Amino acid sequence: MRIRIANGRIVDPASGRDAVGDLLLEEGRIAALDGAAAGAAADRVIDAAGLVVAPGLIDLAARLREPGYEYKATLESEMEAAVAGGVTSLACMPDTDPPLDEPGLVDMLRRRAKALARARVYPVGALTVKLEGARLTEMAELTVSGCVAFSQANVAIADTQVLWRALQYAGTFGYPVWLRAEDPWLAKGGVAHDGEVATRLGLAGIPPFAETIALATLLELVRATGTRLHVCRLSCAAAVDLIRAAKKEKLPISCDVGIHYVHLSDIDLGYFDSHCRLEPPLRSQRDRDALSRALADGTIDCAVSDHTPVDEDRKQLPFAEAEPGATGLEVFLPLLLKWGAERKLPLVKSLARATIDAARVLGVGSGRIATGAPGDVIVFDPEAPFRVTPEALKSQGKNSPFLGYELAGRVRATLVAGNVVYEQK
Amino acid sequence: MERSPQLNANGELQHLLSIEGLPREILLQILDTAESFVGVTERDIKKVPLLRGKSVFNLFFEPSTRTRTTFEIAAKRLSADVINLNIAVSSQSKGESLLDTVANLSAMHADLFIVRHASSGAPFLIARNVKPHEHVINAGDGRHAHPTQGLLDLFTIRHYKKDFTRLTVAVVGDILHSRVARSLIHGLTTLGTPEVRVIGPQTLLPTGVESLGVRVFHDMREGLKGADVVVMLRLQNERMNGALLPSAQEFFMKYGLTADKLALAKPDAIVMHPGPMNRGVEIDSSVADGPHSVILPQVTFGIAVRMAVMSIVAGN
Repeated sequence: MRIRIANGRIVDPASGRDAVGDLLLEEGRIAALDGAAAGAAADRVIDAAGLVVAPGLIDLAARLREPGYEYKATLESEMEAAVAGGVTSLACMPDTDPPLDEPGLVDMLRRRAKALARARVYPVGALTVKLEGARLTEMAELTVSGCVAFSQANVAIADTQVLWRALQYAGTFGYPVWLRAEDPWLAKGGVAHDGEVATRLGLAGIPPFAETIALATLLELVRATGTRLHVCRLSCAAAVDLIRAAKKEKLPISCDVGIHYVHLSDIDLGYFDSHCRLEPPLRSQRDRDALSRALADGTIDCAVSDHTPVDEDRKQLPFAEAEPGATGLEVFLPLLLKWGAERKLPLVKSLARATIDAARVLGVGSGRIATGAPGDVIVFDPEAPFRVTPEALKSQGKNSPFLGYELAGRVRATLVAGNVVYEQK
Repeated sequence: MERSPQLNANGELQHLLSIEGLPREILLQILDTAESFVGVTERDIKKVPLLRGKSVFNLFFEPSTRTRTTFEIAAKRLSADVINLNIAVSSQSKGESLLDTVANLSAMHADLFIVRHASSGAPFLIARNVKPHEHVINAGDGRHAHPTQGLLDLFTIRHYKKDFTRLTVAVVGDILHSRVARSLIHGLTTLGTPEVRVIGPQTLLPTGVESLGVRVFHDMREGLKGADVVVMLRLQNERMNGALLPSAQEFFMKYGLTADKLALAKPDAIVMHPGPMNRGVEIDSSVADGPHSVILPQVTFGIAVRMAVMSIVAGN
């Protein structure tokens, strides 16, 4: 099957290209560009005139809820959501039930994902058995099964001895470790940023230093072990400063921010809007602005959707009791574009944070448009309105702080490995 | 941000969820209405027919005797039918969700829900999900708000001190966990009280409490100087020994109200407490029962204030 995408505005953050042209996909890869592509015969031509053609998005944090939480979401629903949102590769977190701590579970997940033939799924294995922070998982076995990194999702390892050993062990074999920085004691019981809003609403707070203290510990352990660390979901300005200094020091680290966090702050909790109950908590406007700037200047490497489908019953609860998380896959691109527009960034810059920069963290060859690269491509209209409603979302999770908002940016077609896996009707 | 969920499209009180954000006019309307009900509670026949035929559901997800009883008395004096539900031992423990419980009661034709819940914001969730003719009154949610207590405190202060714009009010003790303190502070600042002080150790003051418009004191003697009103807060038993405080005795030493400390306040200062009191922990018996104490009148006024809130809300 040869597919030609004709007359699109091809934006490739890896090369900095932003120009109209043609693209030819064949045998799962990008076969030719521009002149070479324009003349070629194709089985199918997608007219992309007036649309943007870009590498498919790479999302480093999505929860597919399988195994164990099928009532919240299924692989079918979430893989549809991914490709509808233009996400062609995603890393899924190990906080399933049971957690992804055994090769069999990972094999099963990959087989199921492959059979669905939608986005590429990269499982992130559990760093400790059952995420309990006590015993290391069989990381070598899990890597054979396809785990690309090891993480604790939102569950902190309280015992720093175990944390140190886990980093040492993973580092021995060059396995990357992806961790959130949060001191479990300081965060205990907290449900919102410890500040004026939480004080007014009478919500238990999580201070920003719950993040910076844990981050300082992690960075010190990276200095000691040399293990490659990806810090997940930064939430505050002070953490950005620590990351900036650590990068200057050339520590082997990278980091990400959830796309919601560059748009929202604790003010958005309004009158206890449980859709804004997130982990980590939405912090102050100053923190939000610092995260947004750091994502623009590259201190923060990637934006992620942190896709967390939660069923309505678990959200229709008093704020503190509501399950944390927001659906993300289908608002990822619109929110990334919104961020880029607010910071006045060209598309090559804003898209980089969810394509080539994420590909680097993941260590994959996708995320760019070049001859020979994987045929993971999206065609989207950056101006087309997208009203966020439960009906508009394919994800089983309808939990979005942006419900009712009109965003801009709609995916018209998504191709993975050279095949059309989604087309907007 | 959505419109304040407690006001209807005409800016009238549809629900009473929090004092924060209520305009001064509504606060005064409630206090003035309560004034007219004080007379009713002193009559032989303590009833007015304002809520005749209406059903008031006392929905207490957290145990309470005093607040529930005063709401019940207030509703009965307004001639409403009162249904008390002991949720702690009924449907919630069988796993029914909060909104399902409310939907079921709504099907029994409720007009007013009086809600107490351990989680901050729970009454907002209920208010967003009830039918247009149904009203919700927050009887205390987590640490967030206890607006009828705040209103009865305001009523008491106005009764004894008349004018808010010349007062210094000191609120003492566990501000961090206190919905009473939050509601009172919002009410006082809305009514133009020039100086509202909070007094307590750092462990019992929430982050950024100054943003509520208060002055912070850690030294009780400093904080009481020149106060017209002293409001003591209840310290919960489970917070007396642990990481917040070493002991009830030490708390009493630093923040307990004694005659000696009270002497630093204005000679005609009044002493308030939302109850139930821990004598010898936050307040000395000689003060609680002394000439400055208006703690029992607070309880009496509480009935009139709750009658006012219920009649205003149900009338809108």
